[in-house]
Amino acid sequence: MPSTTETTAVRDPGGAASAAPPGPPPSRARRPSRWWAWGFLAPVTIYLAAFYAYPLYRNVELSLREYTVRSFVQGGAPFAGLDNYQMVLTDLAFGPTLTHTVVFTAASLAFQFTIGMALALFFHQHFPLSRTLRALILVPWLLPLIVSASTWSWLLNSDSGLVNAALGVVGIDPVNWLTSPGWSLTSVIIANVWIGIPFNLVVLYSGLQAIPTEMYEASALDGATGWQRFWGITFPLLRPVSLITLLLGLIYTLKVFDIIWIMTKGGPTGSSATLATWSYRLGFGNLLPEFGPGAAIGNLLIVLALIAGLVYIRIERRQQLR
Amino acid sequence: MTTSTPRAWWKTGVGLVLTGLMLFPVYWMINVSVTRDQDMRASPPHLFPTNGTLDGYRAVLDQQLPYLGTSFLVGLGTVALTVALAAPAGYALAKLRPPGGPALSFLLLIAQMIPGIIMAMGFYAIYLTLGVLNTLPGLILADTTLAVPFAVLIFTAFMSGIPDELLQAAVVDGAGRLRTFWSVVLPVSRNSIVTVSLFAFLWSWSDFIFASTLAGGGDHQPITLGIYHYIGNNNQQWNAIMATAVVASIPAAVLLILAQRYVSMGVTAGAVKD
Repeated sequence: MPSTTETTAVRDPGGAASAAPPGPPPSRARRPSRWWAWGFLAPVTIYLAAFYAYPLYRNVELSLREYTVRSFVQGGAPFAGLDNYQMVLTDLAFGPTLTHTVVFTAASLAFQFTIGMALALFFHQHFPLSRTLRALILVPWLLPLIVSASTWSWLLNSDSGLVNAALGVVGIDPVNWLTSPGWSLTSVIIANVWIGIPFNLVVLYSGLQAIPTEMYEASALDGATGWQRFWGITFPLLRPVSLITLLLGLIYTLKVFDIIWIMTKGGPTGSSATLATWSYRLGFGNLLPEFGPGAAIGNLLIVLALIAGLVYIRIERRQQLR
Repeated sequence: MTTSTPRAWWKTGVGLVLTGLMLFPVYWMINVSVTRDQDMRASPPHLFPTNGTLDGYRAVLDQQLPYLGTSFLVGLGTVALTVALAAPAGYALAKLRPPGGPALSFLLLIAQMIPGIIMAMGFYAIYLTLGVLNTLPGLILADTTLAVPFAVLIFTAFMSGIPDELLQAAVVDGAGRLRTFWSVVLPVSRNSIVTVSLFAFLWSWSDFIFASTLAGGGDHQPITLGIYHYIGNNNQQWNAIMATAVVASIPAAVLLILAQRYVSMGVTAGAVKD
């Protein structure tokens, strides 16, 4: 802390001397004139209002009215209060769907983070080609989700998929990955973990790079083993970055819709449905759309995402203050 | 640094194996895309395309070009709109410090966390009333929401690094704020414009949820829907599906080859401050 104030104090005189004559510090009364800067912010502000706030408002409104296809087009749907929410919460599918959402999110995060961390530690050792290989591993993260999802659908295909063929070689019976209720959630988790590993790798790797090498040199002199170095230095110093990685992962994973919808449509019999796919199914997946309940689920999802988001912002603020 | 010791090369070997494992599904996609129909259900599956065929790619040329064209146009539109909205905002937040600026940054951060399905439903209701469902501008406006918060973040971070002296020199030379922005700030921010454009294009190109809800019933359908319809059809021509997937992956590959540095920058920008 003292060092930062020192550097700003050192840097200040030079900058201030050229701008203002010595004497009283520059007055804060000039601040209001900066309102004109909003000219540069106007486009994005209008855009935020029209294309984030308004759709959100429409979504809340959808959830509070009883829409039919006709009133959706022509307007005039009766106000229904919290009926849609009540309907969703008392639906028999609500419990399982919430459970799937929690399992999907927790399992995805745990595996993405662990594998991402292991890979980050490995690539941090700098060997020939390590940069190129690390860049190549980004590919799954950059591919369109429909590409990844359809590739995994074929890999996990019951009759002709490579995964079952490989299991057959070691004498394990074929698994109906996508078509049996017992395995569908596992299948979409596998695909989602594969997509999420690169993000965890890159962020954790940049966190590792921020750790000064002297710390490792000192502990090497003390004769610490690799395992001791990891738990004694790397892990504690990486905790802030890890926390942020996990929270961002949580926010992204709650949103996941494409992969599940493309691979299983949330089925069979709802066995891989999450809040996001359920909401989509109600709004767009059936011939007779039910926008009210669909929007209500969406709003529940957003509450979950916002709680995670606020925790993220709080933690990040606290780290910046340090 | 002694990088060429045997031990280091041994690690390269392990690294190659790990990368190979991670990228195996990508290899499989390419392999299936050139597999003949009659070999598709072979047991065990052929690991190498010994009797390769380009039938899948012929199907792409025959059937998927309009989808690819739509995706390309939507991508370009999204890039243009994103940069036009976010670059001035980044400049203002980084250099002009307007009152209320931090509040706006906060709102953008929150906006990034809204699940796509919620936005899609709201957009659908609005577009239905306005009559812009199944139009290119409608899809561009929606896809831009995917990139704008990230773009403002990148521009703000980058433009904070522009020396104040440079901007003051422009003011001394008699340039107004708008002129300073146009002829000083934008040219020196080329790297961040590239980063933002690449990601905006990639995200709009990859978008499925807005495409399926806002453009699913019209003449302007992007490539993600092209693949989706292929999967949905029961003929299950997997070499054609995977060939389309390979073609749809080209922008990601180009991005990685041309702009590797920017990609890592973009991934970490949101999560790590240095």
